Amino acid sequence: MSGVHAAPFVQPASFEFTPESLEQVNRHIAKYPKGRQQSAVMPLLDIAQRQNGGWLPEAAIRVIGELLGMPYIRVYEVASFYTMYNLVPVGRHFVQVCTTTPCWLRGSDQVMDACRQSLGVRNGQTSADGQFTLLEVECLGACVNAPMMQIGDDFYEDLDADSTRRILDDLKAGRAPTPGPQIDRVNAAPVGGPTTLKETA
Amino acid sequence: MPTLTIDGKEVTVAQGTTVLQACEVAGVEVPRFCYHERLSIAGNCRMCLVEQEKAPKPIASCAMPAADNMVIHTNTPQVKKAREGVMEFLLINHPLDCPICDQGGECDLQDQSIAYGKGASRFHENKRAVKEKYMGPLIKTVMTRCIHCTRCVRFAEEVAGVEEIGAIGRGEHMEITTYLEQAMTSELSGNVIDLCPVGALTSKPYAFTARSWELEKVESVDVHDAVGSNIRVDFRGKEVMRVLPRLNEDINQEWISDKTRFAYDGLKRNRLDRPYVRENGKLREATWAEAFAAIAARVNGLPGGKIAAIAGDLADLEAMAALKDLMANLGSANIDCRQDGAKLDASVRASYLFNSTIAGIDKADALLIVGSNPRIEAPIINARIRQRWLNGGFRIGVIGERPELTYDYDYLGAGPGTLGEVASGGHSFADVLRGAKNPMIIVGQGALTRADGAAVLAAAREIAETYGMIGEGWNGFNVLHTAASRVGGLDLGFVPGEGGLDVGGILAGAESGAVEVVYLLHADELDTSKLDKAFVIYQGSHGDNGVKHADVILPGAAYTEKNATWINTEGRVQLGNRAVFPPGDAREDWTIIRALSEVLTGGKLPYDNLGALRRRIAAALPHATAVDDIVSAEWGSFGEAGPLGDAPFASTVTQHYLTNPICRASYTMAECHAVIEPAHEGTGTHG
Repeated sequence: MSGVHAAPFVQPASFEFTPESLEQVNRHIAKYPKGRQQSAVMPLLDIAQRQNGGWLPEAAIRVIGELLGMPYIRVYEVASFYTMYNLVPVGRHFVQVCTTTPCWLRGSDQVMDACRQSLGVRNGQTSADGQFTLLEVECLGACVNAPMMQIGDDFYEDLDADSTRRILDDLKAGRAPTPGPQIDRVNAAPVGGPTTLKETA
Repeated sequence: MPTLTIDGKEVTVAQGTTVLQACEVAGVEVPRFCYHERLSIAGNCRMCLVEQEKAPKPIASCAMPAADNMVIHTNTPQVKKAREGVMEFLLINHPLDCPICDQGGECDLQDQSIAYGKGASRFHENKRAVKEKYMGPLIKTVMTRCIHCTRCVRFAEEVAGVEEIGAIGRGEHMEITTYLEQAMTSELSGNVIDLCPVGALTSKPYAFTARSWELEKVESVDVHDAVGSNIRVDFRGKEVMRVLPRLNEDINQEWISDKTRFAYDGLKRNRLDRPYVRENGKLREATWAEAFAAIAARVNGLPGGKIAAIAGDLADLEAMAALKDLMANLGSANIDCRQDGAKLDASVRASYLFNSTIAGIDKADALLIVGSNPRIEAPIINARIRQRWLNGGFRIGVIGERPELTYDYDYLGAGPGTLGEVASGGHSFADVLRGAKNPMIIVGQGALTRADGAAVLAAAREIAETYGMIGEGWNGFNVLHTAASRVGGLDLGFVPGEGGLDVGGILAGAESGAVEVVYLLHADELDTSKLDKAFVIYQGSHGDNGVKHADVILPGAAYTEKNATWINTEGRVQLGNRAVFPPGDAREDWTIIRALSEVLTGGKLPYDNLGALRRRIAAALPHATAVDDIVSAEWGSFGEAGPLGDAPFASTVTQHYLTNPICRASYTMAECHAVIEPAHEGTGTHG
């Protein structure tokens, strides 16, 4: 269960997989032997969340329970255990800023400040226009490029206040900022280019 | 058979035994919270740490299989230190509210903290607080106290068969809840209260009414269904405060149904606490002498054939024996204990018993259920069937309604037609029965209370005989009763004598005037409107259905108020013991009949105390002295082969929580009926 504070909202009474989603759903279910369909619960929850604009309504939990022959509470246990499932609505761009030690040492406080100022929301809140939700999260596993944040499916790394603001401004303007390191570095290679193994055989 | 050494003592245990169980064999007590011998092993509380030689660190004994040559120490400083550490962790977030906690005094955490708790806390941070969860009308929650042992989760999943409780969230935010905080829809939900090692789940009706150490305790048996669950009645003064299960591996193991546990508040309401006599169409309070005089005035001089007696669901063996003797003295053969009109045959004992026994379900390998919904007729037996089903290799077929049971079954058909097909071997399930080593059949009252009940019984007997259910050391023919009194009544022969009328005949006779006096002994499940014209004597504990047309009311005792014998559906004789005295002028039932016999011409009964009455019963019914035992019954010929009807079988229990006068007087049961039974809507278990 993530720490998003939702404003009061209404749970949709029903949920239905779209034909496209259903195709993916069936592909995942088919991966597991008969009687073991429950193993597909996590991808199904993800598909439902993506289809539903980034959050998982209660109705979807029931639908997945029915689909996999699982008691609702078992699906709910999974959905509430993993922080990647949002059980309350989030904005179109879900901004998760890592503040665990490596990122914090490398300036995640400034990144968080820039997000707060740029979006006008506090941790866990969604902007009034419903475009952005800001959330402080624990380690996302990109410590080598700290500090970093995740927006939607993309990692934006090696951030500082300026690059953070620029990325958010791009998103606000409908542009697609380039994911990955925001400084002169390729993936997780050293800043300024490789320092070893420079010669190829 | 591994042999291991525990605290210097060598023990040999069965393969698959855990170290914790081996410790128990060796007589060493190991503290635990999550481990429970009837649930799967979770290994998450870590309280059962012991030291194993050559192991680098303490091991959780509940999850460690015992192996050859293990050397276990349970009383070393290291073990004590480890357990103290675990206890300290558990107490980080556990509130220190024992003085206001209902579990106080019978709390595993409280008890074990005496042995392993530190005197003071080293933590200055706030304890975590968790919101209370709604779990229904029976379970009160204080989730801040929860230590996440997950016993309740495992019970719901494994024993109750309703996966409705789970642990949501993770880490420090983990919380135990039902899905969306709905009421738990199990008939066994109250058992999580006993399982909870702390005060997180406690009894809602019992909340703050008593402390465990101020209660007196009496061991007794339950009468809300025909299972005869062993119970302990806790009382204070003249009030029953709660009912708890008592261990009996052969019957209820350590569970009881919610009805057994929570219907006790019905013992305090709607009680008949003094005799009443109807005068000018109105009931008025009377003395015992006036009530007896009114009966004598009507009965004396009446030919026996015009008098009838019906024993209901909550009549004890002694009262039925006394009433039977009284009716014989009055020259009446019109007696019947089959209040629901079941076509049971009292002459062959095996024809109305749960012959395989409840524990025998464990040995069965195929089951045919006919006209019964065990889940609501006998939740304890249903749990036993589920337990057997979980072990695998157990095919279950159901003929009748299509209830939501807690196990998978093959639905064969709705009515007697399917039963005939199975009997003749024309149905595919017949092969399942034929291939089974210990097949069994459960015939419910829903199949027997019909016009063709005797023919259904005959068809069931045919199935039992055809498919090898009757053999050396195995009798798989079972009748599942719904009333605690029924087997006792049939054993006594509380059925019409030579030329006597049965329940249907008595009611019809009362309507036509052929029967002028009807004696109802705890009989409420009747169409009493037919008794309008007759002179009705009602003896019972509650002002329920039976008193509507009563002309004289004799206040009797409820099951917690008398020393009485009950024979359960297996034919097991059990003694119920008195916890409190009956209210007001009410008396133990057999004494009322004995006193009444004095004023009826030629009616006087020859016993003056319970011992004499029991000796009288034992003379006629030798097995009645074999308390807590089952005397197995001889197989015989019963039922009447005949045409089977077309109507589908339907369970006789439609409202599980309202089956007898005690439940109907209970607020708790009324609430369960309102909250939980609609949850079963459409599954055939609602009324």
